[in-house]
Amino acid sequence: MRSASRILSLAVLAFAIVSLGFGGGSASPAHAGEVPLPNPAKAFKGTQCVEPTDVMRRNHMSFLKHQRDETLREGIRGQKYSLNECIDCHAVTSPDVAGGKVRTLKPFCKECHDYAAVSIDCFSCHTGAAVPGIGKTSELPADHAEKALTAALEKHLDAGARAQ
Amino acid sequence: MTDRRQDDMSTVDSATPDASRRAFLKGGAAAAAVVTLAPGVTLYATGADAAVTGPATSAKRWGMLIDANADAGVWDVAVAACQKEQGWGGGENPATDPQWIRKVTVKNPKTGATANMPVMCQHCDEPPCVDVCPTGASMKRADGIVLVDKHICIGCRFCMMACPYAARSFVHEPVQGQKPHMPRGKGTVEACTMCVHRVDRGQQPACVEALAASGSTAMMFGDLNDPNSDISRAVSKYVTQRIRADLNVGPGIHYRGI
Repeated sequence: MRSASRILSLAVLAFAIVSLGFGGGSASPAHAGEVPLPNPAKAFKGTQCVEPTDVMRRNHMSFLKHQRDETLREGIRGQKYSLNECIDCHAVTSPDVAGGKVRTLKPFCKECHDYAAVSIDCFSCHTGAAVPGIGKTSELPADHAEKALTAALEKHLDAGARAQ
Repeated sequence: MTDRRQDDMSTVDSATPDASRRAFLKGGAAAAAVVTLAPGVTLYATGADAAVTGPATSAKRWGMLIDANADAGVWDVAVAACQKEQGWGGGENPATDPQWIRKVTVKNPKTGATANMPVMCQHCDEPPCVDVCPTGASMKRADGIVLVDKHICIGCRFCMMACPYAARSFVHEPVQGQKPHMPRGKGTVEACTMCVHRVDRGQQPACVEALAASGSTAMMFGDLNDPNSDISRAVSKYVTQRIRADLNVGPGIHYRGI
């Protein structure tokens, strides 16, 4: 009886190791067959956002909506939140947009919005494309290319792992 | 200054004097905004707040003076500058493509005298487009600039019918490659913004700047409320007209020579 339970626990451990080794961290059995969790790309700048990540995840839409009215109707510009600043840090290249030649915000937003079934209209008017000088600090860091490549590879590997 | 932002600044100033002082020293006096609340009471705001503009107030009334006596060629320069700045034009359907500013030729049938001038949104004091808008998207800023809030525009085009100057356009086709400062999209109405994004930064509208760069003084931009501004002096010196002044909508665009 004792040895049987030990064998069982060993088998569970072995399964866990195998699934960790081949399946990756995100493909836990609990999520098998479900819609994959969103995996938005890291900010290109690698610097701190205007708010902590959890606050941005929950409240970014309120920040942007509140401030868009102040900007357009009252002419208050240069405040803390700005779609152009989002673009400056978070715009990524994607094969879906202009053949991967332009950095845009669309793929970044799409990642979570698709998961949450959110459909927004921002980008039927705003381009979301990064252009020089769009943000306060639009120069990219020196290690930007390597970071972007690493992020793209990680995402690719992760997608492959999830598909298994 | 809104109350909220004054609160922010006073919090910085009183709660964390050391941090505020350090930021002030680091940023230098040039990056600091100074607000005098009352005689002897002064707030220093440092860092990001120094770059914040507005809010627009009715102390200013932005307007333009256009000299229709100028050589007709300069208006093509103005139209091209607007297209380049705001990203419109170049469409395949001239009858329906958006047109923020156009060159108009008028002729006195009796004398045969002609004049050329640009016509765009006249940024009225009492804009009919704002009166008729069912959603509040068509709006006038406190400083007289009339805009469309495309976030809530439903594309009904009442404003286009109400405008005596045919200044507004409906976007019929999908738009690509918009400028970051000027989002534009199918299904909304748009018009001259008097380059509000430039005016808020203290610059001149693109058409005025382009004409000045080409050596022409045919367009003048400024604050009509300030009696010492160039435009106020010119308006008080020369006989000027506003198009369809009989409608009493109070356009902010003044013309000479028509």
